[in-house]
Amino acid sequence: MTASIDTPAGRIPCVSSSLNFQDRLGTAKVRAGIGRNSYMVDPGLYALGQPDTDSPVLISANYKMSFDNLREALPGRNAWILVLDTNGINVWCAAGKGTFGTDELVGRIEECGLRSLVNHRRVIVPQLGAAGISAHEAQRLSGFKITYGPIRAADLPEFMDSDHKARPEMREKTFSTTERLALVPVELVHALKTLFFIFPSLLILGGLAGTDGLRASVALGLLDTAGLMFGILAGCVITPLLLPWLPGRAFAAKGIPPGIACALLFLFLFLPAASEIKLGALATSAWLLIIPAVSAYLAMNFTGCSTFTSLSGVKNEMRIAVPVEIGAVAAGVILLAVSRFLF
Amino acid sequence: MGKLVYLKDVVTLGLDGEKCSGCGMCAVVCPRAVFEISGRRAAIIDRDSCMECGACALNCPTKALHVKTGVGCATAVINSLLGIKTSGCDCTIDQYQTGDTGSPAAGSNCK
Repeated sequence: MTASIDTPAGRIPCVSSSLNFQDRLGTAKVRAGIGRNSYMVDPGLYALGQPDTDSPVLISANYKMSFDNLREALPGRNAWILVLDTNGINVWCAAGKGTFGTDELVGRIEECGLRSLVNHRRVIVPQLGAAGISAHEAQRLSGFKITYGPIRAADLPEFMDSDHKARPEMREKTFSTTERLALVPVELVHALKTLFFIFPSLLILGGLAGTDGLRASVALGLLDTAGLMFGILAGCVITPLLLPWLPGRAFAAKGIPPGIACALLFLFLFLPAASEIKLGALATSAWLLIIPAVSAYLAMNFTGCSTFTSLSGVKNEMRIAVPVEIGAVAAGVILLAVSRFLF
Repeated sequence: MGKLVYLKDVVTLGLDGEKCSGCGMCAVVCPRAVFEISGRRAAIIDRDSCMECGACALNCPTKALHVKTGVGCATAVINSLLGIKTSGCDCTIDQYQTGDTGSPAAGSNCK
């Protein structure tokens, strides 16, 4: 916030189109999964540049990254930004939940006195917000025409300069390598967090099996942890990055080849220590089941991050994938247990 | 790299050509280029690309489109089945409260 201006709609805070160090640090943190649930701006009106009664009104969500993305895309422009209350969720997800919705938009327009602020009767809503907003309903209720802007904020200047016409590419959601890469850290953090919680039980299991003293027990526990980490590497990093090129359409299926590759890598790296940590034929086959299954499961969960999966499809995929994943992990655990307790 | 497409023949999207006025809103809001407007009528030209977000049905002024909306997220389905309210990305959209004609999913406990 740089200052504020007085308008017929009250005092409105001014914001800049350039992000400072604090903003960039905030983005980096939420990308890494830190404080994502409380990264918010206050709902309401903001002035970007020196807007007047003819300036465009852009609608955003109160997730700070959504808001920052929008203002960063508009250097040297004058516009009003109307931030809806989406509980700190981005536009697309909030539209899916209905919080970025017709009622909130109409209510916010009314509450913020948009009518007395601008002469025109048009608001620009991000296209991905259309899953929550009914343009004709919102217009009927608010008197403002809803114009759907491009998907990417970066395309807004061109969109506004060309009489609110979007090229077809501006209307299609992509899922490029860069976009997928940006999602990897947060997925990794979530998976490692789960691993952290089951780590003590892995150590205890190692201890139960270790008949050769404490050192061997700890080694077994660490080996199991390392094995699961290879599954996480396959499902949370390699599968998302190679997504378009992996065979199959179901995400779980796409997770299997990286899972097998990582299982082989894991076995290759830890085979030299086999004599000390009991990595026999049974344990080898166990890991060939567990790592690909973990990878397939995590890959399946990447559907939620992706930009092209349907709920019908996900349910379809899960009907087969979930039993297979559970079965493979269970079989693997039994094989591991047999290899450790009976031999 | 071509367009990424999910499973074949699974989506619930349907168009009632009789009701369509050809306004073109579905083609504007669809982020997956599923529709094409030709001869003052909308047509589904790439059904498998649909991800059931419901934007088209919600923005169709003549209610010519219907789709069972939802979010294609396995984590949300699992959370919903297990009754977990916050986990993973804290998204627990109730997959079974979604409307039939494009009303947005009722969110629950989204922080």
